[in-house]
Amino acid sequence: MDFFHAHQAQHYLVLAAMLFALGAAGVVLRRNAIIVLMSIEVMLNAVNLTFLAFSRFPLVPNSPMGSFLSGHAAVFFVIATAAAEASVGLAIIIAVFRSRTSVNVDEFDTLKL
Amino acid sequence: MAEAILFYLFAIGALAAGAQVIFRRNPIYGALSLVGALFFLSGIYVLLAAHLIAILQIIVYAGAVMVLFVFVIMLLNLKEEELGEQRITVWKGVGLAAVVASFGVIAWRALGPAFPQGALMQGDRRVDNALLVAGFGGVKTVGRILYLASILPFEVTSLLLLVAVVAAVVVAKGRI
Repeated sequence: MDFFHAHQAQHYLVLAAMLFALGAAGVVLRRNAIIVLMSIEVMLNAVNLTFLAFSRFPLVPNSPMGSFLSGHAAVFFVIATAAAEASVGLAIIIAVFRSRTSVNVDEFDTLKL
Repeated sequence: MAEAILFYLFAIGALAAGAQVIFRRNPIYGALSLVGALFFLSGIYVLLAAHLIAILQIIVYAGAVMVLFVFVIMLLNLKEEELGEQRITVWKGVGLAAVVASFGVIAWRALGPAFPQGALMQGDRRVDNALLVAGFGGVKTVGRILYLASILPFEVTSLLLLVAVVAAVVVAKGRI
């Protein structure tokens, strides 16, 4: 792999893997629900980066133009879904904060028997 | 060469800002660094010739979604003692090890011999110019895909957003 010729898919894939690992580490390590949601946003962005990298550098070189761009369509849907997810997640955080006065996910155990 | 410099600039920026999101104690600093990370990532999307997605990233993510996050953080207005103690448990160590291991597997797959590097490079060479000439990643080409090939998912997404708006109001408003 050529480090100074950044225009190939491997660079983008490794960057996406790093960002995904960073987001996953945030979900695992942090207890603040807002930071957990933001880590999920980082992970979704890593996935978007993978979609775009494969859409720019397709594995099958001679497929028709449209099939490259379905990666872009997928990213569009991921962005819309992430917006919906963030709004509902933050609404849940506000609702739980109102009853427990905490955003610590360790204390969210009302579903436990 | 210029692309390589820009790539490393944006990549290091995105990773540094992403690390701030994870390791800053106060969520407001995390939210502001996440805005920075999203801007760096949109620069990387431009390098990948995804111009429409880069603009959408800034408008929707860094604009709308992050304003929502900052709004909620300000609304909750957590005190220093309400942020909670950062405890280190065995299970967190196990989870961190799992994260590192999965990163290792992904990086090994992407860089190692299992990934078809030759075909990819060949595809890069052959496709490169054709893609850039045809308005790759612009509003017209991506819109054509969205409105012709994937019109059903597009409409379902609008329904999803409607449901999310109603759900957010119902959940966050204690009594209607």
